[in-house]
Amino acid sequence: MVTNITNLGRSGLSDWLIQRVSALVLAVYALFVVGYLLFHPNLDYATWSGLFAQTWMRIFSLLAFISMAAHAWVGLWTISTDYLKHTGARFGFQAVVILAIFVFLVWGVQVLWGA
Amino acid sequence: MSNLQVSVYRYNPETDSAPYMQEFQIDTQGRDLMVLNVLTMIKDQDSSLAFRRSCREGVCGSDGMNMNGTNGLACITPISDVVKDNKLVLRPLPGLPVMRDLVVDMNLFYKQYERMQPYLQNDTAEPAIERLQSPEDRDKLDGLYECILCACCSTSCPSFWWNPDKFVGPAGLLQAYRFLADSRDTATSSRLAELEDPFSLFRCRGIMNCVSVCPKGLNPTRAIGKIREMLLSNAT
Repeated sequence: MVTNITNLGRSGLSDWLIQRVSALVLAVYALFVVGYLLFHPNLDYATWSGLFAQTWMRIFSLLAFISMAAHAWVGLWTISTDYLKHTGARFGFQAVVILAIFVFLVWGVQVLWGA
Repeated sequence: MSNLQVSVYRYNPETDSAPYMQEFQIDTQGRDLMVLNVLTMIKDQDSSLAFRRSCREGVCGSDGMNMNGTNGLACITPISDVVKDNKLVLRPLPGLPVMRDLVVDMNLFYKQYERMQPYLQNDTAEPAIERLQSPEDRDKLDGLYECILCACCSTSCPSFWWNPDKFVGPAGLLQAYRFLADSRDTATSSRLAELEDPFSLFRCRGIMNCVSVCPKGLNPTRAIGKIREMLLSNAT
């Protein structure tokens, strides 16, 4: 058993499952958005804004944002523990990544519900 | 191609400040030799060359090395399989400290193997004669027990290169599954607990380098997937 305190789920199994499930959510969300854009070739602001005014779309988008945040944390944490051997550099990188993920997530919520 | 050009990694820490490649010309007389035969012929030219070998038939796993960029056993690899443009480049297994020439320090590899407790554990009372196993249960060990610990797989795995102290590596994980799959072993939960962290097993990214180099044709990636399934069904 190898101890870790900076990975998302404190466990390799939970990180692995989070990575798989969040990838699935992101794939569905991406397919939906691309499909929506294809089916609305003359998309205007009112239609686009109307889509995001609906509660289900806001929930779906927030789910995608949270999935993105979790996915990025697990993935970038893995990269940092593979390639950054200096403890200070690795911890600094992880701190910056986690802070950026937090900022983007809060910002995303603000964009979804602030308009 | 009777005169084969062979480039061999040389390093003697007692006399060399840095490793270097030494060139040899080997007259194969048109025969499709094994790489180990070529090494023996090189040793006739320069007896200071160090490499490990023993059974010379792919059973002992001593002469794992990197031949033209691919790990394998020198004794069962014909030069026709690896030689390109009449050139053969021989290097030690990647990722492990070089002790001398083609000889690497396998301590980290063995440590990870030892951590998997590669022996049968059973806490029930010992039967009078032996612990029996049905032929079906015995079949589950096929493709697992044949590993000869040559380290070709683990040293071809980038995850093992970056974290050899934390990631068990394909060889160790194949053995972990060999005992997880054994109907006579009762230590399943403690074995699984040892592998649940983000490094020991989950650092495997499934690139299957291990499968492509294994001289015995084994499939550590599949074993790792099976362990992952066991962990998942235990924890959900």
